[in-house]
Amino acid sequence: MGDFVIDLIAATLRIATPLIFATLGELFCERAGVLNLGIEGTMFWGAFVGFTGASLTGSLWLGILFALIGGMLSGLLMSLLSVRLGVNQHVSGLGITLLMTALSLFGFRLIFGENRVLPSIAPFQQLNLFPNSAILGPIFSQYTLTYIAILLIPVVSWILYRTTFGLNIRSVGDNPEATDAAGINVYSLRTIALVIGGGLMAVGGAYLSVAQLGSFTFGIVAGRGWVCIALIIFANWQPLKVLWGSLLFGGVQALQSRLQLTGIKLPYELFLSLPYIVTILALTLAGRNVSAPAALLKPYKRE
Amino acid sequence: MIKLKLERTPAPMWSKALIPIVAVVVTFIITSVLIILADANPFTAYYNFIVVPLSSKFSALEVLVKATPLIFTGLAVTFAFASGYYNIGAEGQLYAGAVAAAWVGATFTNLPAIAAVPLELVLGFLAGMLWALIPALLKIRLKVDEVVTTLLMNSVIMYFISALLNGPWRDPETGWPKSPEFFEAARFAQLIPKSRLHIGFIIAMVLVLIVYVVLKKTPLGLQMRAVGASKVGAQFAGINVNRTMLIAALVSGGIAGLAGVSEIAGIHYHLISELSGSYGYTGIIVATLGGLNPIGSTIAALFIGLIDTGSQTVSRVLGVPVYLGDVVQSTLLLVTLGMLLLQNYRIKRQ
Repeated sequence: MGDFVIDLIAATLRIATPLIFATLGELFCERAGVLNLGIEGTMFWGAFVGFTGASLTGSLWLGILFALIGGMLSGLLMSLLSVRLGVNQHVSGLGITLLMTALSLFGFRLIFGENRVLPSIAPFQQLNLFPNSAILGPIFSQYTLTYIAILLIPVVSWILYRTTFGLNIRSVGDNPEATDAAGINVYSLRTIALVIGGGLMAVGGAYLSVAQLGSFTFGIVAGRGWVCIALIIFANWQPLKVLWGSLLFGGVQALQSRLQLTGIKLPYELFLSLPYIVTILALTLAGRNVSAPAALLKPYKRE
Repeated sequence: MIKLKLERTPAPMWSKALIPIVAVVVTFIITSVLIILADANPFTAYYNFIVVPLSSKFSALEVLVKATPLIFTGLAVTFAFASGYYNIGAEGQLYAGAVAAAWVGATFTNLPAIAAVPLELVLGFLAGMLWALIPALLKIRLKVDEVVTTLLMNSVIMYFISALLNGPWRDPETGWPKSPEFFEAARFAQLIPKSRLHIGFIIAMVLVLIVYVVLKKTPLGLQMRAVGASKVGAQFAGINVNRTMLIAALVSGGIAGLAGVSEIAGIHYHLISELSGSYGYTGIIVATLGGLNPIGSTIAALFIGLIDTGSQTVSRVLGVPVYLGDVVQSTLLLVTLGMLLLQNYRIKRQ
């Protein structure tokens, strides 16, 4: 039983890692007033760029770096459309998802061809923080990226709530007119937020290919981006609550896959659809009280 | 030095008509970079993309086959977006319709085609409506943003279908996750022998006319467009905004459901979780390219169908990855979106 729990906690952290990265990325975008539905495609793009970069250069960390840069470019494209041109955020975000997905599929076939054996790399090793502990050792045998993800939460929280930059991001998301009147460039700030956000989303995707899987499959992201959109609402746009939401989701998923292995008959699809249903319920119960950034979804036009 | 600045001015009519054509050209120029990367000649590639599929009867019919689900989903999205209801859930509503049709197709084995096919269509429409109902009610009762809820409902139904296909509908002999085969009379009739074109295409065409008439010629359509233009304005004009949006959302879901019926009864004859090639999402591209006009969106669906067919030709003949077609479609969407807004700007001397 003890082993089961330890294994469950460790798996929860592993599953939560990409969600933490990508949800924090989405958080930057949404706090600045832009719903970035490009998240699903940007994660997929990050998984592709990360894997390809690592595979071609032989360095896993270079792969992650390429993914970060690639994701920032995706965020830049999103900002060009939704911030500079003021295109409807839903449609431009979905367009980004479609484009980044298509580019990744195209690029993967172009670079690796049609192989019967999936191209693969030796993925990251796990780092044991407590080699002498029988309990903490197995739990904290995680990829370095997992530790970075967890550390990133207080960092993002500090940036958003304790720095001028963070204050500006939040005010751009709540009241762009007033922020503009205070002499702050709304367009630039939203662009920066989208670029940071895109980078984080792509690193979340790259974690899947470069750390967890060691290969790139077409179903690698499998709706995780949409989970993050749900998590943000669940977390009420607060970085610290993103951690709990991600862990809860990771825990449910880790539990269901372990119960499935034990042969207990469970409708595991019900488990997997829970985060979506819970989010819809949360939206319903919270109704108008959800503290979404006031200017979310509204393109800003300077008069 | 001459100083230039951007000035916002309303676009003239002719520029609106030109946009799709210019967008296609710009898209082809952008995506030719990828074709060159794939060691192919862009001109040869686009010849294979656009001209070759139309040069034989078989592949020209295949364009119509591929366009059929997109005509449905394009209409579904047009109907909702025109009323300012952003239904991103056409993908899920499509699957809801397919589940209903799969149930009819596997259950009522004694029905003649004249009863089975209308039953599939009606139940498919209702199932799509049902799947659209929750987000629509949340929107009008609690002001919950429909974009997120319709999007999440897409994921929910995929798990529901997975549960069906791995549970009661799993193929008892092979163990494959696919629903029982449709009985003969429940399948859509082929329109032309030896082609995959089925009556779903005709149904789609009839629907185009219906949606056109409803949107442009009826009081409901006028109300929908008024709500789409400005909810506050519509309210002042005495229009029941909530009721109008509810109708738009539900009918949109129903039309998307028909896309699922058409694909399952016309092509696959059983339910699989890969039934839709993202037709619900592509419907958003189609509706946007078509300027939220039923006729325009149908032309866009045919064009996307052509690109889908052409990308297979390009892949076969030139060895360019077939996903070039997806890149072209999504680039076209983004370029069109950008141009729709840019047309309102003029470069002026300061």
